[in-house]
Amino acid sequence: MTGTLRMTYREACRQAIRDALRAEPRSFVMGEDVGRYGGCYAVTKGLLEEFGPERIVDTPLAEAGFVGACIGAALAGLRPIVEIMTCNFSLLALDQIMNNAATIPHMSGGQFSVPLVVRMATGAGRQLAAQHSHSLEGWFAHIPGLKVLAPGTVEDARHMLGAALADPNPVLIFEHIVLYNAEAELDPSVTGVDIAQARVRREGTDASLVTYGNSLPKCLAAADALAAEGISVEVVDLRVLRPLDMATVSASVQRTRRCVIVDEGWRSGSISAEVAARLAEDFFFDLDAPLRRVCGREVPVPYAAQMEAAALPQVPDIAAAVRGLVRPT
Amino acid sequence: MADFLMPALGADMETGKVVQWLVTPGSRVKPGDIVAVVETHKGAIDVEIFLEGVIDELAPLGTELRIGEVLARVRSSSAAASPSPSPSTEPSPARSSSLPPSPSPAPSPAPTRSPLPLPATAAKASPAARRRARELGIDPGQLAGTGVAGAVTLADVDAAAASAAHAAAQTPRPRGFDALQMRQAIGAAMSRSKREIPHYYLASIVDFGAAAAWLESVNRDCGAEEQLLPAALLLAAAARALAQTPQLNGFHVDGAFRPGAGVHVGWAIALRGGGLVAPAIHDADRKTPAQLMAALRDLVQRARTGGLRSSELSDPTATVTSLGERGAESVLGVIYPPQVAMVGFGRVVERPWVVDHHIVPRPLVQVSLAADHRASDGHLGGLLLAAIDQSLQSPERLGPRSTA
Repeated sequence: MTGTLRMTYREACRQAIRDALRAEPRSFVMGEDVGRYGGCYAVTKGLLEEFGPERIVDTPLAEAGFVGACIGAALAGLRPIVEIMTCNFSLLALDQIMNNAATIPHMSGGQFSVPLVVRMATGAGRQLAAQHSHSLEGWFAHIPGLKVLAPGTVEDARHMLGAALADPNPVLIFEHIVLYNAEAELDPSVTGVDIAQARVRREGTDASLVTYGNSLPKCLAAADALAAEGISVEVVDLRVLRPLDMATVSASVQRTRRCVIVDEGWRSGSISAEVAARLAEDFFFDLDAPLRRVCGREVPVPYAAQMEAAALPQVPDIAAAVRGLVRPT
Repeated sequence: MADFLMPALGADMETGKVVQWLVTPGSRVKPGDIVAVVETHKGAIDVEIFLEGVIDELAPLGTELRIGEVLARVRSSSAAASPSPSPSTEPSPARSSSLPPSPSPAPSPAPTRSPLPLPATAAKASPAARRRARELGIDPGQLAGTGVAGAVTLADVDAAAASAAHAAAQTPRPRGFDALQMRQAIGAAMSRSKREIPHYYLASIVDFGAAAAWLESVNRDCGAEEQLLPAALLLAAAARALAQTPQLNGFHVDGAFRPGAGVHVGWAIALRGGGLVAPAIHDADRKTPAQLMAALRDLVQRARTGGLRSSELSDPTATVTSLGERGAESVLGVIYPPQVAMVGFGRVVERPWVVDHHIVPRPLVQVSLAADHRASDGHLGGLLLAAIDQSLQSPERLGPRSTA
């Protein structure tokens, strides 16, 4: 590893891919503009020069085709890393992901595994309008046979890919477009992370904020603001949306007895709905207040900056939701 | 659903007033649990329940209920029926099983059970608050909520529990009894006894020498707290004699004798300020003198300071009175209806007595029996007195020297 340990989320993603390509000769990257252009979000910049066109493969605009090709490659023993430019486009490959990648290991009675990693950009906040700004990770988290990761920190961006590649089954990684520019200092002693557990990012006693992805920094900012008012908030980063680590979430809620779930995706049928339902089912008697959710507005994400901001969970919304539970007027 | 009825706390009781509930709707109860404090002319009595299940509804505090009226409704885990009223009840009044309404008694036209009113806990409370309230026996419906939409929260319940504990420490539970009221109740019960019960009386003088010697030897090894008094021995002898003559241990109810289930001796206790109670010592025939002594100490203490239990007042199958060191030499008792026998012991006195053809000073005690001629004859009564005499001549047979 070279360079300083302070890096952006984007650089962390790049280093993770470079590490994987060096360590695993069967691995390769495939996707739209990943080679010559260096990636739509510049994650793969420089990799074509370093690893050559055999391992950094530009594709046509044909998601079903290149995702299907990678599933075939995985079945044949390779370790493909597919990039889908934004998760909106992943719908073109949904048939491949769901009916093949997630299903073949099951339908073959375990004779075939699909060690596929799909990276895709998700989320809104950069004025890319409705066709490039949605959060569909909750949809994919509905599908048995997939693992769905949502790195919300630079450290997870740096290390989740390695764990995903080591997994014998298909893993989807949702990288938030706003986080690519986020910077953090990495702990050099951390050389890997699990892709099984949620993590408490901040401890608190009065309420739990359960979130993931780009809503994580917003929740931490809200917790800071609330701390100034004397409200102690615990922030739980789900990290893994499928399978959900309810043990960590429930342990937190059992301590604080109040829970706000923050999810940039649309509220109806969302991952936030799933977390809330499971808490209500299994931990009803631990709750001292109603469950609350702060979600994206149920509209196609607008282009105009102020309207886009209004459509997404913001720090004041999150703080208000917590305040409403801890200090109702 | 089973009804828990106002128990008959003796023949001289007509009504009782609920002054404290120790459970709330939702509380789980089992037989023997003390669930309420009921004020009677005998003071505040701890009322035990004999149903198993979950409390569903309670009579409002302050309600004056007649014997047999519904104190509480219990959702039974097993479909245990309401216990038959204690035999000491007056011919039990057939009453509607509906709880009395709390504010003003509106006439209830429906003879069948009316739908239960919404429980007070329909007020908003968080799940965690409800669970804590149930654990603490608090009705969250009575609390002001500070949570979302005014819901009662965990903190509200904890605060209520803390202030209730504080209040309980401040105001002791009502314990007194009304001397005038008690006088009237005793008068009513004794009048009924003399009016209805054809008493016959028997008496014997019993040599207390062996018993006194045994007591002295036992007490030599005991601390002041464990000293056995003659009363314990007299009670033990009377209880065993009652067990041997079951026709004297029970009740005359509805024109017939009904034997008691066990020998539960009502021990007459004079109260300071006048008045009398005779709460039961359960299964007295199976207790050693030391155990009876402990039971007597406990009972006298509670009779005078409050805290008698409902079963102690409703269960006695026969009454024993001992006049003690400062009492008269003999007593001919008045039977406490619907019991059929009353055993009396006078003061132990030293008198000349003939032993082996010699006149010697001996401690003597006069033992008497007042019995209901409808239930037994004098011959049987004589056997009871003889059995008491026999026990007192061999006190070591009444039980081990101590319970230790």
